[in-house]
Amino acid sequence: MEFNLKIWRQKNAKAKGHFETYHISGIEEDASFLEMLDILNEQLIREGCDPVAVERGCQSSGPVSFDHDCREGICGACSLYIDGRAHGPDDHVTTCQLFMRHFKDGATITVEPWRSAAFPVIKDLVVDRTAFDKILQAGGFISVRTGSAQDANNILIPHDKAEESMDAAACVGCGACVATCKNGSAMLFVAARVSSLALLPQGRPEAKRRAKAMVAKMDELGFGNCTNTRACELECPKGITVAHIARLNREFLKAKFSD
Amino acid sequence: MADKFTSKIPDGPLAQKWTKRKSEIHLVSPNNKRKLEIIVVGTGLGGASAAASLGELGYNVKIFCISDSPRRAHSIAAQGGINAAKNYQNDNDSIYRLFYDTIKGGDYRAREANVYRLAEVSAAIIDQCVAQGIPFAREYGGYLANRSFGGVQVSRTFYARGQTGQQLLLGAYASLNKEIAAGTVKSYPRHEMLDLVVINGEAKGIITRNLVTGQLERFGAHAVIIATGGYGNTYFLSTNAMNSNGSAALQCYKKGAYFANPCFAQIHPTCIPVHGDQQCKLTLMSESLRNDGRIWVPKKLEDVEKLRKHQIKASQIPEEDRDYYLERRYPAFGNLVPRDVASRAAKERCDAGFGVNETGKAVYLDFSEAIQRLGHQKVAERYGNLFEMYEKITASSPWEEPMMIYPAIHYTMGGIWVDYDLQTTIPGLYAIGEANFSDHGGNRLGASALMQGLADGYFIVPVTIGDYLSKKFAEPKTDVNRPEFAEAEKAVQARIDRLLSINGKETVDSIHKELGHIMWEYVGMARDKAGLEKAIGLIKDLRKRFYENVKVPGTQFEFNQELEKALRLEDFFEIGELMARDALNRNESCGGHFRVESQTEEGEAKRDDANYMYVAAWEYKGEGVEPELHKEPLVYENIKVITRNYKD
Repeated sequence: MEFNLKIWRQKNAKAKGHFETYHISGIEEDASFLEMLDILNEQLIREGCDPVAVERGCQSSGPVSFDHDCREGICGACSLYIDGRAHGPDDHVTTCQLFMRHFKDGATITVEPWRSAAFPVIKDLVVDRTAFDKILQAGGFISVRTGSAQDANNILIPHDKAEESMDAAACVGCGACVATCKNGSAMLFVAARVSSLALLPQGRPEAKRRAKAMVAKMDELGFGNCTNTRACELECPKGITVAHIARLNREFLKAKFSD
Repeated sequence: MADKFTSKIPDGPLAQKWTKRKSEIHLVSPNNKRKLEIIVVGTGLGGASAAASLGELGYNVKIFCISDSPRRAHSIAAQGGINAAKNYQNDNDSIYRLFYDTIKGGDYRAREANVYRLAEVSAAIIDQCVAQGIPFAREYGGYLANRSFGGVQVSRTFYARGQTGQQLLLGAYASLNKEIAAGTVKSYPRHEMLDLVVINGEAKGIITRNLVTGQLERFGAHAVIIATGGYGNTYFLSTNAMNSNGSAALQCYKKGAYFANPCFAQIHPTCIPVHGDQQCKLTLMSESLRNDGRIWVPKKLEDVEKLRKHQIKASQIPEEDRDYYLERRYPAFGNLVPRDVASRAAKERCDAGFGVNETGKAVYLDFSEAIQRLGHQKVAERYGNLFEMYEKITASSPWEEPMMIYPAIHYTMGGIWVDYDLQTTIPGLYAIGEANFSDHGGNRLGASALMQGLADGYFIVPVTIGDYLSKKFAEPKTDVNRPEFAEAEKAVQARIDRLLSINGKETVDSIHKELGHIMWEYVGMARDKAGLEKAIGLIKDLRKRFYENVKVPGTQFEFNQELEKALRLEDFFEIGELMARDALNRNESCGGHFRVESQTEEGEAKRDDANYMYVAAWEYKGEGVEPELHKEPLVYENIKVITRNYKD
């Protein structure tokens, strides 16, 4: 297969970005999107392109930087806004599990980084998502010290509750929900953590503090408000639903009213 | 360094060794803990749990990772589960039995005392994880559910769908976040350790490269913990995450830490087969699938032909024409034999011509019987996300046709040599999790990597490091302006300058792929003397070519992924050579290490206890000089060493 790739290039956080277009051919249908980018990078390196060469007048900025790691859809490192959709045209996958058979041969594919005020670009397609870590540091945990726990089977959790908690816990922290939201809201991300813990008895003692602290941190870090467009749910690679946002809202209101 | 190369296994009966050691360990009072600094490198299960636990104890901890967030560490990709000797199933499980299975599964090449301790603390890990809010699978009564894994006959594996590693890591990461919020731990994401700083023979700090700015930075501490995982990516294609690397461990080796059993690499039997040259990563299908999936190839070569030509589908081959070769060869364990055994058996069938895909390198993992027996819903609950993942990758549904699988590099049992306290041969330097060599011998059992990472991080190193630090609290903070730091930084700078100045024609990945081919061909599932000697030569040549002709684009002072990869590949050459050297020395078949010269008439692995019942610990002797082999004899006082038998 062959493609024209229109890719966002940006030297660093301060630089002004621009699109560059590359042609690539000989791609197997079974290659993943990121393998295709690997092949493109090999090609660009062999052509002698790099950011230094650009200063000498080279037309291409060289290998494209993008975040990736596990390549099996679980680490949440990969991002990419592909043809206007977070993680590309396939549903319920991260970019690393998107395969070229989902594209038309000869197509022009536009690739951009997550675009959100809370996720500044580091380089090309790489963004800074430390805001997510900060939200979780505000309260996305149960305060148990190593060694204090009682026997695991002393805490009974109904099968369905555990499953529902697991549905929310499946969040990989990729940021697709934020990137796809017109308000740049992190509600689905926050809701996944709050909801997963709120469903479990272990999570109840700190439920109020957690909901308030995490929402406050989200606001502080420049994420937008939720206006119930449900775009996040559609693009979440792990199929996390807005039902968890509803639970977050309940938890948050309960906490506020008891103040 | 002879005195530092003692295992320090406590005296006394096996079951009391850990209790005894703990009672001997000197404590550090809370006001002194505040004065002590610890560096933890790596944020997977081992690193995150250690840093969180040390933070809770009151130490000042700095934690480093190469990803944008600690949560991305490769522990996250572990699927199937975590073992613990809870005996919740009433199937006669016990600490002893978990210990026994692990020693036997490791083919009698792990230390008794370390493995017993691992089994002993395993139950507390599950308690801890449940308290953190990890949504383990539950029975309808609300109690925890279990499943079986390879190499054992009890159900002791706890799981959270096929995402157990993810959930355990998010639990450890949550505890880490709690400590970051409390100010006891400071987190440095996108920082790569490029050297260890040793002062007067003791580990005192690290040199890192800030992966965003490219700046080299110095960090000092009273002790350093390495938790950077394994070196499976030496093979280029593996189930490891793309950024997983052996560099931190290798830098420790170069600074004097012995490296143990490097040749023990695990080849996992159930991975999605290689599809072509453009591939850069292999995907694991959890071993838990072998609980209900049955592995087979056709009995008739004409069926194989038709399958390869797509004239028939696997589901059309009648029952009597299928060879369930694991059930045939190993009736007592069937599809649940340990990984090394299952991998070799798959290779044997494929080498004999029965491989079922176009490349001839695949066997079937079939769920049709399980779907009939358990029903769609039960199977979906157990394996739904794995089926989905398989279908996404291969565009074939395991609900309709059997999965195709083939062995791939997955885990490395070898690693930095540590004593019973998990201290390396460099005082003040500790290694935990996959980065050390200690618990899995020649082969790791499924669902034991998560157990070991968390055992080391939550319960062992936070205790044992106290013994070392109890003598250090009067020492001032390490001054990073000392000449040792300057020298280490200068050496790192020289490496970077060299790589950026070569300006050749070949890419880092293309050379790494070649290294991978050499490793898989000669240091893979079957190894022999001639091949291993050849591999050492080929790696040397390739390395020479790398320094002559690699092209690393860009500059140091920017986000530069090619430079990151080039630095790691330098170290993979060294590790690959060390693996081949160790495999050459160990002229026996043992666990994941199969020497063609050492097999039974039936083609089963033949161990040589008389000559090789030892840990091979290698000491670095300088660039281009052969490393020196030190042997730690393995003594079995509580287990009778027998030939592993999974047949009856």
